[in-house]
Amino acid sequence: MSARDTVLATIRSSLGVTGSETPRRTAIEARLSLHPRGVVPKRGDRPAPSRMKLFQTMVEGAHGTTVELASPERVPAAVADYLRSKNLPMAVRRGSDPRLDAIPWQNERALGVSSGHSDGSDLVSVSHALGAVAETGTLVLVSGPDNPTTLNFLPDHHLVVVDAKDIAGDYETVWDAIRARFGAGKMPRTVNWITGPSRSADIEQTHLLGAHGPRSLHVLIVGEP
Amino acid sequence: MTLRVTSPQFKENARRALADRQLQKALGNVEQNFIEKRRQVAAKLPEFDLLRDAARDLKDHTLAHLDLYLEAYERRVTAAGGQVHWAVTAEEACGVVLDICQRLGARLVTKGKSMISEEIGLNDFLLSHDIAAVETDLGEYIIQLRHEPPSHIIAPAVHLNKEQIEADFRRVHTGFPAERNLEEPTSLLAEARSVLREKFLAADVGITGANFLVAETGTSIIVTNEGNGDLTQTLPKAHIVLASVDKMVPTLEDVSLFLRLLARSATGQEMSVYTTFSTGPRRAGDPDGPGEYHVVILDNGRSAMLGGEFREMLRCIRCGACMNHCPVYHAVGGHAYGWVYPGPMGAVLTPSLVGIDKAGHLPNASMFCGRCEEVCPVRIPLPKLMRHWREREFERHLSPAAMRWGLGLWAAFARRPRLYRFATRIAMKMLSLLSLGFGRFRWLPFARGWTKYRNFPAPEGVTFQAAWKRREKKA
Repeated sequence: MSARDTVLATIRSSLGVTGSETPRRTAIEARLSLHPRGVVPKRGDRPAPSRMKLFQTMVEGAHGTTVELASPERVPAAVADYLRSKNLPMAVRRGSDPRLDAIPWQNERALGVSSGHSDGSDLVSVSHALGAVAETGTLVLVSGPDNPTTLNFLPDHHLVVVDAKDIAGDYETVWDAIRARFGAGKMPRTVNWITGPSRSADIEQTHLLGAHGPRSLHVLIVGEP
Repeated sequence: MTLRVTSPQFKENARRALADRQLQKALGNVEQNFIEKRRQVAAKLPEFDLLRDAARDLKDHTLAHLDLYLEAYERRVTAAGGQVHWAVTAEEACGVVLDICQRLGARLVTKGKSMISEEIGLNDFLLSHDIAAVETDLGEYIIQLRHEPPSHIIAPAVHLNKEQIEADFRRVHTGFPAERNLEEPTSLLAEARSVLREKFLAADVGITGANFLVAETGTSIIVTNEGNGDLTQTLPKAHIVLASVDKMVPTLEDVSLFLRLLARSATGQEMSVYTTFSTGPRRAGDPDGPGEYHVVILDNGRSAMLGGEFREMLRCIRCGACMNHCPVYHAVGGHAYGWVYPGPMGAVLTPSLVGIDKAGHLPNASMFCGRCEEVCPVRIPLPKLMRHWREREFERHLSPAAMRWGLGLWAAFARRPRLYRFATRIAMKMLSLLSLGFGRFRWLPFARGWTKYRNFPAPEGVTFQAAWKRREKKA
């Protein structure tokens, strides 16, 4: 008997079932296809402007920073401001997400912008989030040809652009958006929920930022909520 | 090749731990930090207890349909281009990992934190086949340098102070100037970051655990604060996920429920920094990510637990809240428990996995104060389960003779209510008189085990039953 068969047979004998009972099969198929919502905290259930404020408060509570921008045209200047405020070289690495491609980077002459994944030598990266969750100040990023995962983890500073209208109240709303985009039962290779910059408390329970991933996380919120 | 079990020596371990001043200082951090942070973050979420009820029910549903969810999960992983491997025992799981590493010619493996890896003793096994496995979670990295097992399931190096860590770094990181300053935790972190960054970029295979597996989509999930698990799984040629059968969750909505409880219960955070959902290997056109994606599903005794009185233990999501709130853990730390899982959850799980003959002391190392059950996010009745183990131990004649005699004597009394009332009435009076008004005893015959470490409170003169009767009469 293969290991697979042994494990499944032991489970079935412990549960006193054969595995072919129709009511059990129906129960799991229903749950998997209907994916009912459970208890969803009311915290994020509020009008869009207030939801955006909650998102900002929660990001800041997780040691991230945020800035509101009226339109995507303002992104290059805001990125340049950030780099200057941290005394960083004027260079960023970004993915080729269409929304990042559409940004007029050339407006900020001094800013060097390259695209592609990171080999570990980039200090600053810019990503575009699929959405965000106000409930806990969590950004949701998905991998794909235009969105290298390495940009989320290797650089010291991670700048994330998110459309204000994509800030949801709860995680469940974002799962619906992902199903709408990738299909039922399907997921992109990686979905990254990011809540603040990398941190560790493994030395005497002292909280330190920048453990292995980015030392700082800066969120650029674009447009009206 | 599993970790050596020192649970049979729990008493010696505990005695040593109580006398270890470094350890006692470090354990103070557990009591101070975790409890208050969890309390605050739970208080901020009005639905917290409702979420706990829902999580308990959902785990029960999933365990009752575990065979079918595992099959559905496997189909989804395969459809996404990944591969599921099954392992009945620790040895089989190690063998699966070794085969993958050898096929890829791997010499260096990076690892995210995984308790399953500790359970199966993977690092030593790989090393015996000339494959270096480097832990990348800061706490795990530190204890690996010291050749120690973790002392806490989410804070593996919680038993150490920064001076000890500094000494280890100076011993092992020989490429750095000897006169460098490592006094502050930030400088220790910076040094570990630079050493491990090179490992991340050089590794051939990355191994992580899984906090959850999602049947709906064939997804494995890791939750970290450092980002080490993500670098571990994104950069190498292959990503191997180690997970036990009980990690299964039906849908993305369902896993969201557990994620709302996990970080809050564990570290008192609203949400961990990185929650990563991985489904299959690198896709066509992806600029990065692992070329292969493997999941090793380990049983190691869990499927048998499904059929017995310890089934509820399989609801555990490994948050560590029970040990964070346990007065016994606060006193002796995690190593005293003698295997991979310490604290109340370890006291129930360890006997299930290594045998009550070896781990009998653990379910006895509890005063049944009930704090663990009070904070458990999936409402596991840990004291009840520890009591079950004590009963089993008694039935199998594993408890010491003095205890069996004592219990037998007490049982004889308890079954004769008149004799019991008479004897206790006399005893209470005698003890009250003998205490000479001090209200306590510093020494009592047949109770040295108690009075050696603490005073025995003297009874006030009447038994509880008598006091109760008087009250009833008044009312």
